[in-house]
Amino acid sequence: MLTDITLGQFFPGESLIHKLDARIKILLTFVYMLITFICSNYFSLTITLCSVLFVIFLSKIPIKMYLKSMKMILFIILFTAIINFFSGNGEPIFQWGIFKITVDGINNSIFVSLRLTIIVLTSSILTFVTSPTDMADAIEHLMKPLSAFKINVHDIAMMMTIALRFVPTLLEEADKTMSAQKARGSDLESKNITKKAKALIPIFVPLFVSAFRRAYDLATAMECRCYKGGEGRTRMKILKIVPLDVFAVLFTLAIGIMVIISNTFYWRW
Amino acid sequence: MMTNFIETEDLKFKYSDDVNEKNVLDGISISIKKGEFLTVLGHNASGKSTLAKHFNVLLLPFGGKVFVNGIDTKNESELYEIRRMVGLVLQNPDNQIVASIVEEDVAFGPENLGVKPKEIRERVDEALKSVDMYEHRNSATYKLSGGQKQRLAIAGILAMKPECIVLDEPTAMLDPVGRREVLDTLIKLNHESGITVILITHYMDEAINSDRVIIMNEGSVLLSGKPREVFKEVELLKKYSLDVPQSTELIHRLKLKGCNLPEGILSTDECVQALEHLLEDNKCQY
Repeated sequence: MLTDITLGQFFPGESLIHKLDARIKILLTFVYMLITFICSNYFSLTITLCSVLFVIFLSKIPIKMYLKSMKMILFIILFTAIINFFSGNGEPIFQWGIFKITVDGINNSIFVSLRLTIIVLTSSILTFVTSPTDMADAIEHLMKPLSAFKINVHDIAMMMTIALRFVPTLLEEADKTMSAQKARGSDLESKNITKKAKALIPIFVPLFVSAFRRAYDLATAMECRCYKGGEGRTRMKILKIVPLDVFAVLFTLAIGIMVIISNTFYWRW
Repeated sequence: MMTNFIETEDLKFKYSDDVNEKNVLDGISISIKKGEFLTVLGHNASGKSTLAKHFNVLLLPFGGKVFVNGIDTKNESELYEIRRMVGLVLQNPDNQIVASIVEEDVAFGPENLGVKPKEIRERVDEALKSVDMYEHRNSATYKLSGGQKQRLAIAGILAMKPECIVLDEPTAMLDPVGRREVLDTLIKLNHESGITVILITHYMDEAINSDRVIIMNEGSVLLSGKPREVFKEVELLKKYSLDVPQSTELIHRLKLKGCNLPEGILSTDECVQALEHLLEDNKCQY
């Protein structure tokens, strides 16, 4: 089912992670990704993974949701892991034709898959606990320097909010259209790629038409509610840095420092 | 004293400049009083939605004039003030929700008006309470039912503190339960907060609670008056292939067959009562 997609979804809640400032959440997510990439041994990687699991625990969102978001890119993780598995340097433990397995290769593939897992998990945390409006608001704040280059930051943020808002609506619609086309004998389950691609056309065309109709309606509705761009607009929820945010930053920095220390003092595998 | 809130003077409109094309609105002159509950009926393409769009300046008249609270809608500097005063709720509940979270969507209007954050909070809570959606304030908007989405849209308008709400077929895409919820909300708002309600619909049954009914046909007003008076004209309405409420229809047909029944029956309750009376009278005869 298409509606199973959890990417970009938000789960309202009252946990500590939910309460963090959206700007801090976005910045810390990037910092976490950076930390994941500087990890050079299993010890530092374990520290990072544990801290991410700890944050997941704090977010009070069912672990099932995180697993669902993992499922989507499982293929990519497996693919990169397998490529790495067979392309290590050094003395092969096992060789068959051009395929050789080395200690280096095994380590690389475990490393890469763990890194990707951590990155997916951190970005899932970000979208799960941040409402799209907060996110857009935070991005508007973080991108403010760009307005010096005549880029209308507010418009970009508004477009993002609306795009995220319509993800579930359009998914549902795609699902309905698919069922309707299936009922008319469309061959969506075909193994043949060209056939499958052809069968997708009668799904995308009505979807696009309806998306435009929705866009037109929404524009009217926004006009009715006095929308006139970012100027003179206020916000109900004002982003504010509280002690909790400072604590989150310190926590992330601590993890970062631990990773750097373990990188320098640990013997690299 | 009731004063005129919206007034149209010989309003004419068409969507293209082509001389050969018929006017969508052909000389409409109506006035709507403050605090009134007005229902505009008419079948598809009778111009009722086009009329609604003139009330909050989504369209400007081709000929004639529209006044909202004494302001000519052609006055550009008052555009946002008119839109604040006259809120419009559209037909499709999915397409008028801007934000993913209920309370954030309600806040959209006042945010655009530049209201102070603390006051927005108050307005949002108040608006959600008056449409009975307060307990859903943190829900995701796509998870709501059709009726709830439509009530959310009403709350979004209410948060702008309007004088008048115009609803363009708000119940067309809803199930009977959702339709009831929306109608009850409108009646409550009209009675308790004194907000002018203009309900545009093609369900005749929705008109029976209103103060006044306007029936439109081919861009002009066919009939106007209290629901009881308007629905008396069963034959005229039939001629223009318009319906009357089911109860009225039943009573009308029985009367044609020679039953002794009163005129101007609108609601199901009245209909049941009238029929009971009839049966009791008949019993006495035998």
